[in-house]
Amino acid sequence: MSTFWWIRRRSYAFFVLRELSAVFVAWSVVFLLLLVRAVARGEAEYRSYLDWAATPWVVLLNVVTVAFLVLHAITWFNLTPAAMVVRLRGRRVPPAAIAAGAYVGWLVVSAVVVWLVVTP
Amino acid sequence: MADTITLQVARYRPDRETAPTVEEFEVPLRKDWAVLDGLNHVKDHLDGSLSYRWSCRMGICGSCGMTVNGEPRLTCATFLVDYAPGPVRVEPLANFPVIRDLVVDIGDFMRKLPQVSPWIVRGEEKPVSEGEYLQTPQQMEDYSQFSMCINCMLCYSACPVYGLDPEFVGPAALALAQRYNLDSRDQGSDVRLDLLIHPEGIWGCTFVGECTRACPKGVDPAGAIQRYKLTAALQTLKSFVLPRGPR
Repeated sequence: MSTFWWIRRRSYAFFVLRELSAVFVAWSVVFLLLLVRAVARGEAEYRSYLDWAATPWVVLLNVVTVAFLVLHAITWFNLTPAAMVVRLRGRRVPPAAIAAGAYVGWLVVSAVVVWLVVTP
Repeated sequence: MADTITLQVARYRPDRETAPTVEEFEVPLRKDWAVLDGLNHVKDHLDGSLSYRWSCRMGICGSCGMTVNGEPRLTCATFLVDYAPGPVRVEPLANFPVIRDLVVDIGDFMRKLPQVSPWIVRGEEKPVSEGEYLQTPQQMEDYSQFSMCINCMLCYSACPVYGLDPEFVGPAALALAQRYNLDSRDQGSDVRLDLLIHPEGIWGCTFVGECTRACPKGVDPAGAIQRYKLTAALQTLKSFVLPRGPR
């Protein structure tokens, strides 16, 4: 198979994008760790981190990262029912319900994080 | 509706040519004709040398898998009218070596299949006088979906992992292993574990999911493999926590 086998079909290309999203997940972790380090080193360091984070290329990189994070999360949740078979009172929980549960969990955690960040 | 449709058929006759070519045939376009009927028309009336596999014509034998307009399909269940006005491109299954025209070498799959022990393995058989191994409808439901596999190999043709790494055990064999692992009468999951958790087993799968989309019988090999990954991960965890416990 050629190096560009994944261009041949849309589903293959989408799969490769999904796998590539792991790189951006890793970047978002590094970005957060840098923030933690800056905060630990005091206000001056924190300010310079904020200035660096506001430079156009970092903003651009982070916009792309958010897009890939959303892709990563959505594809992950959509694939969850394939790996998990849950039985409740002897009946198999429909795959859509398992995915819905994952989405609800995502929303709840996101809401808690927003609440933590927004409340003074 | 036009009376005919063009079939663009991949030809490869190793005695005559070194690389595959494409030959066009005009075949009648009838509402009830599948691509396989078109190929049979070619064989019977236009060129008797065309080689391809087929048998039951009803989606059970799994012989007539080919690539139709780029998609792995059972040619007996793929209708010409859905491709009208054509042309319809018919090629051998991807990811397999071609022997002649539309016939591929399935030896690799036939070697891998028995490795997963796709039969009921018993520690000890009970005597016939004690009767059958009984099963509840729910126990049957656990595996019945995976037992629908007809070994047509469309999933291998759709799987880019298999295309890139022919050592990969592959979707159908892994789904069949899971079919027997989930069977309440089976006691062979330990026998299958070592092969399945091999890097070329379940962990070779990156969950592209194309096998499930290609499957004409709704088997969902991708789902079977991901479920087994969860089982295998729990098994490994258990063997760390309880190294002396039974597997």
